[in-house]
Amino acid sequence: MNKSLWRKIVNSVMMALTGLSAALAALALLAVLAFVARNGIAALNWDLLSKLPTPVGVPGGGVVNALAGSLIVIGLASLLAVPVGLGAGTYLSEFGRGRFADVVRYLADVLSGVPSIVIGIFAYNLIVSRQGQFSALSGGIALGVMMLPSVVRTTEEMMRMVPDSQREAALALGLTRWRTIASVVLPGARAGVTTGILLAVARVAGETAPLLFTAFGNPYWSVDIREPIATLPHTLFTYAISPYADWQAKAWGTALILTSLMLTAGVLSRRAGRHGTA
Amino acid sequence: MTIKLQAAPVRVVSSPTRAGATTEVHGAASASRADTEPRVELAASHLAMNVQDLAAGFGSFRAVDAISLEIRPRTITAIIGPSGSGKSTFLRCLNRMHEEVKGAWARGTVSLAGQDIYGPGVDPALVRRHVGMVFQKPNPFPTMSIYDNVAAGLRLNQWGRVPDMDERVERALRLAALWDEVKEKLFQSGTALSGGQQQRLCIARALAVEPEILLMDEPASALDPVATLRIEELMRELVRSYTIVIVTHNMQQAARVSDYTAFLMMGEDRAGRLIEQGPTDELFTNPKDSRTEDYITGRFG
Repeated sequence: MNKSLWRKIVNSVMMALTGLSAALAALALLAVLAFVARNGIAALNWDLLSKLPTPVGVPGGGVVNALAGSLIVIGLASLLAVPVGLGAGTYLSEFGRGRFADVVRYLADVLSGVPSIVIGIFAYNLIVSRQGQFSALSGGIALGVMMLPSVVRTTEEMMRMVPDSQREAALALGLTRWRTIASVVLPGARAGVTTGILLAVARVAGETAPLLFTAFGNPYWSVDIREPIATLPHTLFTYAISPYADWQAKAWGTALILTSLMLTAGVLSRRAGRHGTA
Repeated sequence: MTIKLQAAPVRVVSSPTRAGATTEVHGAASASRADTEPRVELAASHLAMNVQDLAAGFGSFRAVDAISLEIRPRTITAIIGPSGSGKSTFLRCLNRMHEEVKGAWARGTVSLAGQDIYGPGVDPALVRRHVGMVFQKPNPFPTMSIYDNVAAGLRLNQWGRVPDMDERVERALRLAALWDEVKEKLFQSGTALSGGQQQRLCIARALAVEPEILLMDEPASALDPVATLRIEELMRELVRSYTIVIVTHNMQQAARVSDYTAFLMMGEDRAGRLIEQGPTDELFTNPKDSRTEDYITGRFG
């Protein structure tokens, strides 16, 4: 067998293998989505999105409290993670040259690898055990801490991608350093930073573990951040492991709502990335 | 004539205007600026720059050494020399942009209207409002419209609204000979313009802050010959009201456009030194130093 034929065969086999892997990866994703969609659509109706949970055995009802709760907890998380993350990312990109910056960078990378349940325990100790009560606030803090590393690192990376010639142009106009950062560097990085924040939101929106002993869940309507609050992933968990067929069906519906929300965030982040890239 | 470089004023005087010393456009602008900020009276008779024994570099590397040069008001001074002779470093020392690079240092004095811009308490940002800069590659802000690019220096340097912004933007664009080409699309992005137009936009942006001195670091090296010619014509226009220092690789350009020329060359230790300076006609027709002659006749570099 001549050499070039052998090479061609190896080439085709390798291409086929990588193509097969790609197809498998896509298939896994599509299978999950299809599964959630098929089981979820049966349970999905207007009541699920607009009504409060009903007691077991009473037909109807929905998970509107969990939908509102998830939005509140994610809002709290963003309120914590976005300003702190933007500030820290700005520091690392624009001023962070020394040892302190290296330590912060390293800690951010470590934090992004900490299991989410550990972060939940942290928030439990920080808030819940002191207040003597589960609360939306503690859930928001747990998710905010989880969001923080990715917001910090994407902000830093996106700001670094703004060319130095832009900073020089601004400084040469007599702008102060912070003005240069606020009016030239940050706007230049805005698209990328927005994408990063939305992806971080999408990632924590599906987290259940850290909410188990922070937000805790609540079968009633509550928007008080000092009280326990229902969230979509937690409601999904509770309903899915319940022995009642009606609740299990609602769990599928909730899964569909949650997945759709995360897909929407993903699509929005891609959009933000495409428009106005500097 | 007054300038303010220090963050904390030494002695505040009531708004004098500079209208008597410069052209109409320039004087009117300064008068309105004087209304908005307290000014420090200086014993300055003219806005020349005087460089005394300047050395600068990065870390242990000395890029320029022992440079003394006078820059006369309302003239164009060209800095020429082979690559690596420290031309750009020297230029960037004149508005303290040099120090923005990590590890950069500068020693010596650079006086603007009699005041050392490297003196204690001098705010580099204020120095740069008096000494503007145009870079080698056009660098308009991509997130801003043409209008906002020109307005950026004024708008972002102070709190609140800038009076007569439209007029100021138009004047700066007219000074940069760009107005007629962009007046229909002021609110479109500046990055859609051609290279030459972008560079004139950057000149307009620098002029809008109303500096006295304009530094240009090879402003035409990224442009085609027609756009280069337009920039050179523009410089001859601007020199009626501004003092210009230009770094150029192109000796024909230096000969065409400048009034004075300074020739830099690196020595054995790789530090750039001033070899010769003088009126451009003299330096090009009758150089005193053999190295200058070798360079301008194209024997090296």
